[in-house]
Amino acid sequence: MSSAMDDRSRLMLPADHPLFRVRPLALGAGAIGLAVSLAGALIDTTQFFQSYLFGFLFWFGIAMGSLALLMIYHVTGGAWGSVIRRSLESAVRTIPVLAVLFIPVVVGLQSLYEWADAAKVAHDPLLQHKSVYLNVPFFIGRAVLYFVVWTLLAVFLSRWSEAQENGEPRAIGWLENLSRGGLVALGLTFTFAAVDWAMSLEPHWYSTLYGVLVMGGCLLSAMAFMIQVTALLTKNGPLSGVVQPMQFHDLGKLMFAFVMLWAYFSLSQLLIIWSGNLPEETPWYLKRMSGGWEYLGLCLILFHFALPFVILLSRDIKRNARLIATVALFILCVRVLEVYWLITPAFSPHHARVHWLDVTAWLGVGGVWLWAFTGGLRGRALIVWNDPSLPAAGGHA
Amino acid sequence: MTARVPVYGLMAEFADVNHLIEAIRKLRQMGYRRMDAFTPFPVEEVWEELGVHRNMVSFLVFCGGLAGCLFGIGLQYWTSVIDYPINVGGRPLFSVPAFVPITFECTVLFAALTAVLGMLALNGLPAPYHPVFNVPRFALASRDRFFLCVESTDPLFDREGTRRVLESLSPVSVAEVPD
Repeated sequence: MSSAMDDRSRLMLPADHPLFRVRPLALGAGAIGLAVSLAGALIDTTQFFQSYLFGFLFWFGIAMGSLALLMIYHVTGGAWGSVIRRSLESAVRTIPVLAVLFIPVVVGLQSLYEWADAAKVAHDPLLQHKSVYLNVPFFIGRAVLYFVVWTLLAVFLSRWSEAQENGEPRAIGWLENLSRGGLVALGLTFTFAAVDWAMSLEPHWYSTLYGVLVMGGCLLSAMAFMIQVTALLTKNGPLSGVVQPMQFHDLGKLMFAFVMLWAYFSLSQLLIIWSGNLPEETPWYLKRMSGGWEYLGLCLILFHFALPFVILLSRDIKRNARLIATVALFILCVRVLEVYWLITPAFSPHHARVHWLDVTAWLGVGGVWLWAFTGGLRGRALIVWNDPSLPAAGGHA
Repeated sequence: MTARVPVYGLMAEFADVNHLIEAIRKLRQMGYRRMDAFTPFPVEEVWEELGVHRNMVSFLVFCGGLAGCLFGIGLQYWTSVIDYPINVGGRPLFSVPAFVPITFECTVLFAALTAVLGMLALNGLPAPYHPVFNVPRFALASRDRFFLCVESTDPLFDREGTRRVLESLSPVSVAEVPD
C-alpha cells in the first residue's frame, strides 16, 4: 500500500509546474479581459454581447468536447483515455464556472437574438410562429436544464472517479453506466443548446445537422487541447515516462479522426443546402461567402481540414510529443476562426470585420476558464494509479 | 553428426508476450538480426523490438489515394463537362460540392486496394510453402502462443549455441525448423 501511496504522490503535479505558475497570469488576463470588455459595453453594448457570445462558445466547446470524450472513454476504455482522463475531468469540472459565465448571454438576449426583441417579432410572422419555442422564459428554462444535466454529470463523473481511486471496486461500473445514459443525455441537450445559442442567431434559418456539426468541432477542440496539456505534463511533469509515444499516436489518430469528422459534417450541410438551393436555406452560406467572409471560409477549408489532414497522415509526427502538440496548437487556433465564422456573420452579414471586443472578450472568458481548468489539476494524481486499463508496459489496453 | 538435414532456423515458443519481447531484446543485444516473431494478435512492441523498418506500403497507399482522387475528379469532369454536359438547375457544369463525395470515395477505394495489393506484392503472399509450418506446435501461433524464429542465415546462428541461448529465455519449448 505504501508503494501505491508513493505512486500517487509521484503522479501529482508539483506546485511549481508551469501549468500552476500561469494560473495567476490566466486569472489576471481573464479579469483584465472581462473588465476591459465591460468597459467596452458602455461604449457599444450590442457589440459587447456579440463578442462575448463568441468568446464564451469557444471555451465552452472545449469543456463540452471533454465531457463527451470522458464518457466515451468510460464506455470504451483504452490507454488513450487513461492518460488524458484527469485533464478531461478537470475540464468537465469547469462546467459550473461556465454556467456563471453564461449569465451575460442571458442578460444580452435582446441584443443578440432577433426573436427576443418584441419589436422585431411584431413585424415578422415567421418569428411569431416560432415563438412557441423561441421565447425568453423558455430559452432561459432550457439553458438552466442543460446546465443542470451537465453539472450533474460532471459532479458524479468526478465523485465516482475519486471513489475508484480510493479503492471502491464498484466505481468503474458506476462510471460506465452513468456514461452510457450520459452520452444520450449529452447528445440531446447539446443539440438543443447549439440550436438555442448559436443557430437561433439567424432564426429564419435551420439545419438539422447543426448540432452534430458544432459537436464535431467541440470534440476536435477538446482533443487538441488535451494533446497540448498532455504534452506539457509529459515534457516537464509527472507524466514523463508514463505517457509513451504510443499514447500520443493514439491521441493524434483521434484528433485526425475529428478533423475528418468536422469536414464531413461541414460538407454534408453545405452539399445538402447547395443541392436544394432553397431561398430559406441558402442565406446562411450567402452571408458567409461574401464581403470578405469567403476568405475566412477558404482559410477553414485549407487550415481546418486540408493542411491538418496531410500533416496528420504522418505516423512520425503523431508519435512525437513536441510535433503533435504543435499541430494541436495550430488546430486550436483554427478552431477559434471556425467558431468566429459560425457566429459573427450572423451579426455582420456580407461584411467581414473584427472588433477589439472580440479579442478582449475571448481573452476574458479564456483566462477565467483556464484558471478554473488548471485548478482542477491540483491535489490529484494525474493518472488513476489503480486503473485496470493502465498500460503497465506501455501497451494498448 | 555431420549429415544432418539443413535447418531453416530455431523456433522458440513462449506462453507470454512479455517473455517474447524480452527474448527479442536479449537476442538483439547479442547481435542477432535475422529473426521473426509470430503472435496470435498484433503486438506493436514486437515489431519495434525486432527493428522492423518502415516499408513502402504507406507510400504506395498515399500514391494510390492521390491517383484515386485525380481519377474521381477526372471521371466526373469528363462525364459532366466534356462528354455529356447537362444543365441541372442552372448550376455550373463543374460543380465542386457535388463532386466531393465521389472524389472522396475514389480516393478511399484506390488507397484501400493499393494497401491490399501492395502488401501482397511486398510480402510475397500467398506463399504455398513456408518452413515455419514444419514445426507441429506452430499452429498454436494463431491461438494462444507466441513464437520466435531465429533464422539459420543469421551470421551468429549456431545450432547448439543458439539453442542454448533460446532455452535460457524461459520458452515453453525450442524446436528446430527443417528447411
